[in-house]
Amino acid sequence: MLTIEVNNRKIEAKSGEMLLDTLKRNGITVPTLCNMENLFPTGACRMCVVEVEGERALVPSCAYPVRDGMKVQTHSPRALRARKTIIELLLANHPDDCLYCVRSGHCDLQGLANELGVRERRYSGGKNEYHVDSSNPSIVRDPAKCILCGKCVRVCEEVQGVAAIDFVGRGSKTMVGTAFSEGLNVSSCINCGQCIMVCPTGALREQSYIKEVLNAIADPEKLVVVQHAPSVSVTLGEEFGLKPGADVDGMLVAALRRLGFDRVFDTSFSADLTIMEEASELAHRIRTGGKLPMMTSCSPGWIKFVEEFYPEMLDNLSTCKSPQQMMGAVIKSFFAEREGIAPDKIFSVSIMPCVAKKFEAGRPEHSRNGIPDIDAVLTTRELARVIRMRGMDLQSLTPEHADTPFGERSTAGKIFGASGGVMEAAIRTAYHLLTGDELPGLKVEAIRGFDGRKEAKLEINGTPIGVAVVSGLQNARQLLEEIRNGRDDIHFIEVMTCPGGCIAGGGQPLNANPDAIRARMQALYTIDRDEPVRTSHGNPSIQRLYAEFLGEPLGETSHHLLHTHYAKRVVMV
Amino acid sequence: MSTITGQPAVQPDIQAILDRYTDAGRDALIPLLQEVQETHGYLSREAIARIGEHLHLPASKIYGVATFYNQFRFLPLGRYHIQVCRGTACHVKGSLGVLDAVRQDLGLEPGKTTRDGLFSLEVVACIGACGLAPVICINGEFHANLTPQKVRRILDELREEVENEE
Ligand code: SF4
Ligand code: SF4
Ligand code: SF4
Ligand code: FES
Repeated sequence: MLTIEVNNRKIEAKSGEMLLDTLKRNGITVPTLCNMENLFPTGACRMCVVEVEGERALVPSCAYPVRDGMKVQTHSPRALRARKTIIELLLANHPDDCLYCVRSGHCDLQGLANELGVRERRYSGGKNEYHVDSSNPSIVRDPAKCILCGKCVRVCEEVQGVAAIDFVGRGSKTMVGTAFSEGLNVSSCINCGQCIMVCPTGALREQSYIKEVLNAIADPEKLVVVQHAPSVSVTLGEEFGLKPGADVDGMLVAALRRLGFDRVFDTSFSADLTIMEEASELAHRIRTGGKLPMMTSCSPGWIKFVEEFYPEMLDNLSTCKSPQQMMGAVIKSFFAEREGIAPDKIFSVSIMPCVAKKFEAGRPEHSRNGIPDIDAVLTTRELARVIRMRGMDLQSLTPEHADTPFGERSTAGKIFGASGGVMEAAIRTAYHLLTGDELPGLKVEAIRGFDGRKEAKLEINGTPIGVAVVSGLQNARQLLEEIRNGRDDIHFIEVMTCPGGCIAGGGQPLNANPDAIRARMQALYTIDRDEPVRTSHGNPSIQRLYAEFLGEPLGETSHHLLHTHYAKRVVMV
Repeated sequence: MSTITGQPAVQPDIQAILDRYTDAGRDALIPLLQEVQETHGYLSREAIARIGEHLHLPASKIYGVATFYNQFRFLPLGRYHIQVCRGTACHVKGSLGVLDAVRQDLGLEPGKTTRDGLFSLEVVACIGACGLAPVICINGEFHANLTPQKVRRILDELREEVENEE
């Protein structure tokens, strides 16, 4: 332990750490624009500058290692002036668009301009002409609002292993772009939206489908149904001032009804359905010597990643559609028949933690007879916007239940929202399929938590089964490389595109710190601990759907509605 | 990193160049790009994809690096490749006006090629013909003491030349 003096107070520091980390841990806030949790500091933005006794110039605290006994002033007039100037210079060629900007209120640039008391335009620079790239079904890029902090470039390459974007050009013409400055839709971008989550401004945002949804609700010809993903109920509350991890499931259902949706379904139900199919597929592959390791297929960014970077491993992907698409398929088949309504009269909406789900919904694999199974996807953030637009107070709503026949779930379907959840749910059901018994304790501790890579060795019926759980596609890439190089002790792999899983998806509330994301995950496992139905095969509504309609897992109807195949995709990588 | 280019069969001369850079790392990027541009006249998608595969670098990164330098172009040269000198002597004698005339007349930015493939434009620092300033060079041939009017006339003549062929 070292002791340093900050603003005339002594605080403890860990040797080897950067000054910024010491300050953060001790509750001293220094603003940053380019610093990223767990990644090496680049020192690009200089917002984090502080005065260190003995140093002539201000130093960037994010890239300055602590020294025993050092004396620091974090908010001296000189430091404040420097920060204010940086913001003023960034604003010199920034559009004055806050009133129209989707990021307003969550924007670091706007927030800092306000905090530092920028009240007049002291510099004005030449503005480049940019065009907004809205070619991608998930993400919109507006380079005019970009401050070139580099965070999107880094998250895309270092966390996701994709590197679809980089700095292009030089000097005042520098911008972030794809290879050959093409639209994001034809690049190697996997639509994960992690770049949106780290962007300090409104330069990156989700492609919004709010208008389409509101129009459908207003259309008397349409039956508008909605499903909400497992993680949404534990994150939506943050948009309305509740503490991270608060579960607003019943209020969410009530809000969706008040917005005018005719039916409210729970994607955790179709997550249970996914598990029935996927666990059966795994058992089948193990029994018949099929392609192993089997890899989960519910995260659409990951699917595109395999199509682009590992096409030779496409057969390792489970053929199961994702819960969103399974729900979409049974809504426009079983449910449509039951209600006596033509599939094209149903407008099917899903509320997702994810922007890649917007891309997934548009994939040709997920349309039948020219009718898409899902018509529009809204993120958690967009739903919050619609709720506010209607002037609703989420907290004052009386909780309600989702609708039959797709409203009942097990907690196995619910933990899908956390990295490791799909694997655990699948193991519970696979164990049952292979042994006839329930997994003791119904818990696989080793695959819970936040590590980017988790592994466990299980034994079912005397057969050793190796499982691995990864999130963040750079971690997936490393695992796939090991497998390419001959590793063969893994039989089943869960991959979530976003680090930590859907609770940290690209459509979730912005500006969440690691503690908030932990609380979201904890909330899912608390639900799992406290409720009685904890296995997908134990969900009575699932049993009913098989009895009345599907027959059995991997059967004829399932094969037609719930499974699909993917093909190699050609892009610049 | 596996690379799928989706392009027709590898152009043999790219492979020949890459073969000279076995076990090369990132430092080899600029020389490689230069050599490929010299042989092809520009950096094609296929070239960038192949270089990326060879050096284990993503295409976005290579494109980013290449766009940092003015010397690289990403479109094939036009039938008439116009180099406008922007050296000091030419500048003093009004090369900016000449450049603007070319840009407007052809609707073309430096580094680009017209859609019909006839003209491409490049700005060069000093072409070494200061006595002729302001000067441009078309397919290796110098045109001296230019004014915006004169350069427009030259472009018209080139267009006529093409029309007469047809
Ligand atoms: S990015 Fe931030 S500062 Fe810029 S217009 Fe949007 S809210 Fe305002
Ligand atoms: S959405 Fe994901 S893959 Fe696409 S540019 Fe952003 S970080 Fe990269
Ligand atoms: S788009 Fe956003 S994250 Fe990317 S460099 Fe610009 S400001 Fe930073
Ligand atoms: S946060 Fe330290 S330089 Fe950007």
